[in-house]
Amino acid sequence: MKILIKNGHIIDPSQGLDGMGDIFIENGKIKEINMKRKAHDAKRKELLKSSVRTIDAGGLFVMPGLIDMHVHLREPGFEYKETIKTGTGAAVHGGFTTVCCMPNTYPVHDNASVTEFIIRRAAEEGSCTVLPIGAITKGQKGEELAEMGTMVKEGCIAFSDDGSPVMNSLIMRRALEYSRTFEVPIISHCEDITLTDGGVVNEGLMSVTLGLKGIPAESEEIMIYRDIALAELTGARLHVAHVSTEGSVQLIRDAKNRGVRVTAETCPHYFSLTEDAVSGYDTNAKVNPPLRTDIDRQAIKEGLRDGTIDVIATDHAPHHADEKLREFDMAPSGISGLETALGLSLGLVHEGVLTLKELIEKMSLRPARILGLDDKGLKVGSVADIVIVDLNREWKVDPGEFVSKGRNTPFNGWILKGMAAVTISKGRIYEQ
Amino acid sequence: MPKELMNEHDIKRALTRIAHEIIEKNRGTKDLCLVGIQRGGVHLAKRLAAEIKAIGEKDIPVGSLDIALYRDDLTIRKEQPVIRRTEVPFEVTDLKIILVDDVLFTGRSIRAAMDAIMDLGRPASIQLTVLIDRGHRELPIKADFIGKNIPTALSEVVEVQLREEVGRDRVVLKKAKKGA
Amino acid sequence: MLKTKDLLGIKELSGEEINLILDTAAGFKDVLGRDIKKVPTLRGKTAVNLFFEPSTRTRTSFELAAKRLSTDVINFSVPTSSVVKGESLIDTALTVQALGADLIIIRHSSAGVPHFLSKNLRASIINAGDGTNEHPTQALLDAFTIKEKKGGIEGLTVAIVGDIAHSRVAKSNIYCLTKLGAKVRLIGPPTLIPKQIEEMPVAVFHSMEEGLKGVDILIMLRIQMERQGKGFFPSIEEYSKNWGITSERLAHAQRDVLVMHPGPMNRGIEITSEIADGPRSVILEQVTNGIAVRMAVMYLLAGVRRS
Repeated sequence: MKILIKNGHIIDPSQGLDGMGDIFIENGKIKEINMKRKAHDAKRKELLKSSVRTIDAGGLFVMPGLIDMHVHLREPGFEYKETIKTGTGAAVHGGFTTVCCMPNTYPVHDNASVTEFIIRRAAEEGSCTVLPIGAITKGQKGEELAEMGTMVKEGCIAFSDDGSPVMNSLIMRRALEYSRTFEVPIISHCEDITLTDGGVVNEGLMSVTLGLKGIPAESEEIMIYRDIALAELTGARLHVAHVSTEGSVQLIRDAKNRGVRVTAETCPHYFSLTEDAVSGYDTNAKVNPPLRTDIDRQAIKEGLRDGTIDVIATDHAPHHADEKLREFDMAPSGISGLETALGLSLGLVHEGVLTLKELIEKMSLRPARILGLDDKGLKVGSVADIVIVDLNREWKVDPGEFVSKGRNTPFNGWILKGMAAVTISKGRIYEQ
Repeated sequence: MPKELMNEHDIKRALTRIAHEIIEKNRGTKDLCLVGIQRGGVHLAKRLAAEIKAIGEKDIPVGSLDIALYRDDLTIRKEQPVIRRTEVPFEVTDLKIILVDDVLFTGRSIRAAMDAIMDLGRPASIQLTVLIDRGHRELPIKADFIGKNIPTALSEVVEVQLREEVGRDRVVLKKAKKGA
Repeated sequence: MLKTKDLLGIKELSGEEINLILDTAAGFKDVLGRDIKKVPTLRGKTAVNLFFEPSTRTRTSFELAAKRLSTDVINFSVPTSSVVKGESLIDTALTVQALGADLIIIRHSSAGVPHFLSKNLRASIINAGDGTNEHPTQALLDAFTIKEKKGGIEGLTVAIVGDIAHSRVAKSNIYCLTKLGAKVRLIGPPTLIPKQIEEMPVAVFHSMEEGLKGVDILIMLRIQMERQGKGFFPSIEEYSKNWGITSERLAHAQRDVLVMHPGPMNRGIEITSEIADGPRSVILEQVTNGIAVRMAVMYLLAGVRRS
């Protein structure tokens, strides 16, 4: 399929591109990038003639496709919540061309046969690239290391026990040391379960007022401190998942200043909402780590602005409506985030917290670097993973319109400014 | 413009006459008591007790009755009635109760009042006194002592203003407010 | 009239609404003093006691209150129902609604369940205790008792003693008393008083002797035996020695202090028998007032037109 994207504002800081131009795609790869310079118009006529499909990106930005390092696709085992098909469908709807799926499936993704299953299903039914993240420990029990080597061979790009922390410090140390063999990052879900002690919201005035058990910020911060120390000890690559508190941001900032090989991600809900979202016992706002205070929210924004936080990932956690329609204590944690992430993150650009280039770094370029993906970016020969973004179009969040099976979002009814108009994944076009 | 049906003097004369009628019909004040229905009836009952005393008869006990809990229209009314005090500090069993209300209209308030009284005891009899009877009965209820009979249209409102509440005594006839 | 169809908590009530409930309760207390302790006000209405946590006293109090209003009462307690077989909360609630409930009195161990029912059902929901969130009728009957005995609440100093962190009674009382203008103190060990509660208009004490100085009303909370062994305090004995109310400690309070307790009491632990049965205690009156207050709440919620 020959596709021409014309008239768009092409922007990719990794390639030094920032201006009007055309992109020509052939056989799922970028064949030509024709920036508006001297020979532009002549070249365009030539490309127009050979293209089968022309997309007019006038007034829109043409960017590298977004990469989400933290997604729960739920397959195998929890297909009632989401499948690889619906999850990747939601991803391209939200502008993502690559997603990394977490291993807390059923069975747990702790061996190569599950890796093979996921990759095969993604090839059969996935709308975008799926890169599996394997479990650190068998069954995610935190006791024995899983077979990282065979899983890497089969296609895993990182390891995490996400959903749970690795509570045993010795096991975490070994995992970090062992991962150095394969030069893959260990993505840590930082939480001290003993301090969490069954908590369901942030420990603060809201938890007292609502009578809900609180999770102190320290539950996250203590584990971040530990994992950074272990990363320093072992020299391994640590990536901290879903950072939510001011204290956490400061710990990572200090570690980076010391030269520790740590990277970090946050999620749109941590810079868009506070614990107030839980009022009325709205289970759609129940997430782990929980929504924190406004001070934490501002610290997260500052962490994004000054580079302490490298990545915006969604932690897309779809759940069935029945599961959220119950007692707050019993409802599962999680927000279905793939389809609101770009809109919420562009809010930071509109606010002036990040420039558009910085946003592209957070949502595409840095994830690619952390995961060692070198066939991304807008350059000739790369896979055609492109998102065409309308920066200013306003739209209303309606979970009824989600492609994801998960309708669990606290952003229902929000008016967001900015969205993915067209997503191209491996040369296939997905339009709104 | 509301029309005045009774002024201060008319009301005084009516109450004096009613007091005499009560004593005449009951041949004295033995076993009599007055129970006024909140709120207008309570003030009128107290005035009747004073009139009866002024005629030279004995003090007869006076009580006040709140009928909100016995109404038949709680889930139909737009406004929820305020619960007021029921103070009947004497045994009603075997007494002749003179029930007092300001306006007799459909008769439903009196029905509720009778049920409330029955829950307090077993009176020998209940006689009804009203200042105004405006017609339009929906239940077989009749007043024994009446201040004034006033035929009215359903759309009109009869308002008894008493000095204990608003500083003056007057009975006025008004056209109905919308949505009354 | 109350603004919403439910009583979910004191948080959601204005000072006016609280006073309306208390004034209405006074009228109902009269009914309870008569020979025929019944009025036909809610005849034909159905009240369902939906108790997911065991409780004889609160449930009985609501049952009596409903019956005094001529309401039909159904008791639905969890061990004898299909919830044990795995029925979801929403299904149990819809079943109760299909039975024709006008009033649902709900007690559950998870905070927010009454709010969940309120959103999903037409019936009026009365919160009889949800986790560690609120127990509004308890606070209302406590306020009624105080108002009756002291003539008013504004300006009084009220001390609440015990496991504040896990007590829904404490929370509802804090909201209610502060809305009515009382000065509230909390007394207990730091492990049982959440840090963030100091952001509310209360004063926190850890010493009984200090905290009881000049107190007009003392509300003692029950210490739950289950809290032992979890690190909140070393032993019940030590708790009792430091935070139990004794005659010596009570002498620090005002001469005419009232001693209250939501019940059931642990005699000898948080309160001595001498005080529980003594002249300053109004604990039994709280029980009687509870019925009048619950009648008032039911009348104000169900004895009204709802579109």
